[in-house]
Parts: sequence; C-alpha cells; structure tokens
Amino acid sequence: MENKKIPTRMGDGSLTWMTAGEMRADLEEGTRVAAERAKVPPLDESELSHLLEIFASASRFTGVDIGDEVVLTYDGVGSQHIGTRIHDLQLYEQHLASDSVELYHPDYSFKAVKTVVPYEQGVMRQAQANVTVPLNYGAMPDLGRYTQPDGPVPNWSTLMPLGKIDAARAAQEEAVEHAVADMVYVCDGMLEAGADGVDFDTAGAAGDADFLAALRAIEAVRSRHPDAGIQIGMASEFVLGMHGTLEYDGVRLAGLWPREQMKLAAKAGATIFGPAVNVNTGKSGAWNVARAITIVKPCVQEAEIPVHMNVGMGVGGTPMAPWPPADAVSRSSRAMVDILRLDGL
Amino acid sequence: MRTAGDLVARMQITRGMRLPKAKEYVAGKLGVSVLDLCDPGVMYEVRGELGLGRFYDSESTYPAEPLAMEAKFRIAELLDVPINCVGRFRTLAGLAE
Repeated sequence: MENKKIPTRMGDGSLTWMTAGEMRADLEEGTRVAAERAKVPPLDESELSHLLEIFASASRFTGVDIGDEVVLTYDGVGSQHIGTRIHDLQLYEQHLASDSVELYHPDYSFKAVKTVVPYEQGVMRQAQANVTVPLNYGAMPDLGRYTQPDGPVPNWSTLMPLGKIDAARAAQEEAVEHAVADMVYVCDGMLEAGADGVDFDTAGAAGDADFLAALRAIEAVRSRHPDAGIQIGMASEFVLGMHGTLEYDGVRLAGLWPREQMKLAAKAGATIFGPAVNVNTGKSGAWNVARAITIVKPCVQEAEIPVHMNVGMGVGGTPMAPWPPADAVSRSSRAMVDILRLDGL
Repeated sequence: MRTAGDLVARMQITRGMRLPKAKEYVAGKLGVSVLDLCDPGVMYEVRGELGLGRFYDSESTYPAEPLAMEAKFRIAELLDVPINCVGRFRTLAGLAE
C-alpha cells in the first residue's frame, strides 16, 4: 500500500504520481521551509495527517464538511467575452451560485480606470438593479504604472541599478501620492454609483510603496464612506522592500508577512483581508499547500476582520496554470479551510 | 443564493464580521439554525417566504416575488445593515423618509 502511486498535481498543474510516503515527505518539507523563512511555528502532527488524508486520494474532487462552508469573494468575475459585463455578474450569481460578485474593467488598474469612471459608474448602477448578491468594484493599486515613460515619475527600477537610491526612493514616494489620489477618486465614484464595496487587489505588487498607497487609500475611503465594504488582497506573502524605509502607522512595511499585513489593513479600515502565498511550480501541490498554510496560520489566528485567502491560479497552493485542475483547486481550498478555519476564499 | 452565502457575505463585507459570528447573526435574523444556512432545501423555502430573492429556474421565474433591487430592500431591513444601492434607489426615487 505504501508504494501505491496516487495521481496528484505539481505547482504548474501537471499530473504526477506519488506514494503517500512521498506526499508526507513533501508536506513535512513544505511546512519546514515556511516555518524557517517566515519565523512561524510549523504545522503539527494532526494537521499534517489531515493534509495527507486530503492529498492521498485519487478522487476527482473533494470538499469541506457539511456546515463548514465559507463565503467566496472574487477579484473580478466573468471573462468579459460573452454578452456584457452585467451578464457576467448575473451568470455568476444565477448559474454559478456565487456568494458575491465583482465588477471590473479589463485593464484592472485604478490608474487606467480613473479615465473612464463615468462609464464604470453607469455599468455599476445598471448592474445593481439586476443582481441580488453583494457587488463590489475592484482594481489594482499598480504603482508601476506611474513610472516613466508611461507615467509621470522617474522609473525606480532603472535608477536603482545606477546606484541612485535616493532618487529611486523619491520617485516611489511621489508615485504613492498619485496612486492614492487616483484610488480614492475611483472608489468615491464607484461607491457613489452604488457599489457594496471596493477591492484593492494584488496590493504590494510593486513593493512596500505599493502597499503603502493601498493602505492610505483605504484609510481615506473608510473616512469618507463609513459603511462601505473594503477588501484588500495581497500580491505575495512578503512585502518587498523596493523602497525599504516606508512606514504606515509607525510600522516598517518592507518585509512584512501576512499577520502584520492584516493588522495594518484592519487598522486602515479594511473589512476583509486576503493573504496571498505564491506557488512554487517545481514543487508538488502537497508541498505548496503545507507551505502556504504554515505562513498564513498566525494571520488567521489573530485576525479581527474576515480573512479570505487568495486560493486561485498561482497562489494559495493552487497550480499556476490558466485552467487549474479542479482536483487541485478543491484540495487546496479544502485544506486551507479545514486547517486555517478561514472566513472565506 | 442557493443557500445564504450572499447574506453571510454582506455581514462580512459591510460589518467586517468573522465567519462564525456572521453565520450566527444571519441565522438569528432568519430564524433558522446555522446548519440550515447551507441547506438548499431549507433556504429555498426561507428565501421564498421572506422575499430574499431566489434563482430563476426552469419551472418558474417567480414573477410575484422580489428579486435583485426589490429583494435587497428586504435584505437590508431584515439584516439591519445598510445596502448602498438601496439607499441611493430610495433617495433617487423620492422614497426617502
């Protein structure tokens, strides 16, 4: 039995065959490397055993126990290729039974959306007349968009290799001001058009300045819209120190892991926090899931607001593939909910 | 809307309630158990009785039942939670008290 090969997935979604013993070894290795890197406790024996139960099965699909269902939120719904964007929202509500839906512009960036806010408002208003479930509006802070030649500020990625660190930092600080203004403008507009909430997705993608811009925008939106839903989803498990010295509320942002990211998001005024842990495509699903759970566990344990972990293409143990296999998606989703007691995905 | 996910989601999105508290809150307002919230059979009846919106299906479009904006008026009142578009609809339609 120990040598029986079981079909499972690699981090790129490809099918592979492993014994239960090999999976157990990957689970142990995944939690070990995560604990060392994030300086958090590794998973315990009962948690590893439960994960092995989930992965050491050839079933096409798996799911949480009855009664353990969680809420799903999204970073945009629909492909925008069939019918209209409102049709996408209705299909997700009426045919896929989504708990919530999210309207988005195909250029998923607040900077780009700023130029078409009146059109987006019109769609939001019509959509709200046609859907019952909560309807958010989402985009990315996308700080890199503010760099030359396309944006207004010098490009810090070209300044840093030249040793012009002060200039690179000044450029990021200037970009933060532009981004905050754009995000608040767009959020004001979409909430004015009836959005239930706004989603700052892939925050921190350009590093600590990107995360700072999102936090400051959240703070501003919260002060102007006390009842608005505000969701923030992270770009990765670790805030890159592209600037290195930026702080929010006295906390240095570079190097923050999910628990500290969540605390700042809650302090800024977010109502839902979405941690993200990137997938290693060369490792198995078991390895990636154990690693992701280990990193995020302290965040969920100390959360004061709902935690909706990013479990999709390339994050949260789900394969980095255009169409992640359902067997892998269901395993990573169930594992996250079972072990972490998440509030949603 | 097959069950009560949208209602629980509203308490998370708008009130920042964590999952167990949000489920208990919604179940209390609906007068059902927490386990009932994830039972499509129970929630089909409850949503119909309370006018919280149901799926169109092959047999009926429920023309006499609230859906979308109409249902959201009822959801806001039942859950005692502000729904942005409902408030704006009320104002723009001249229904504000």
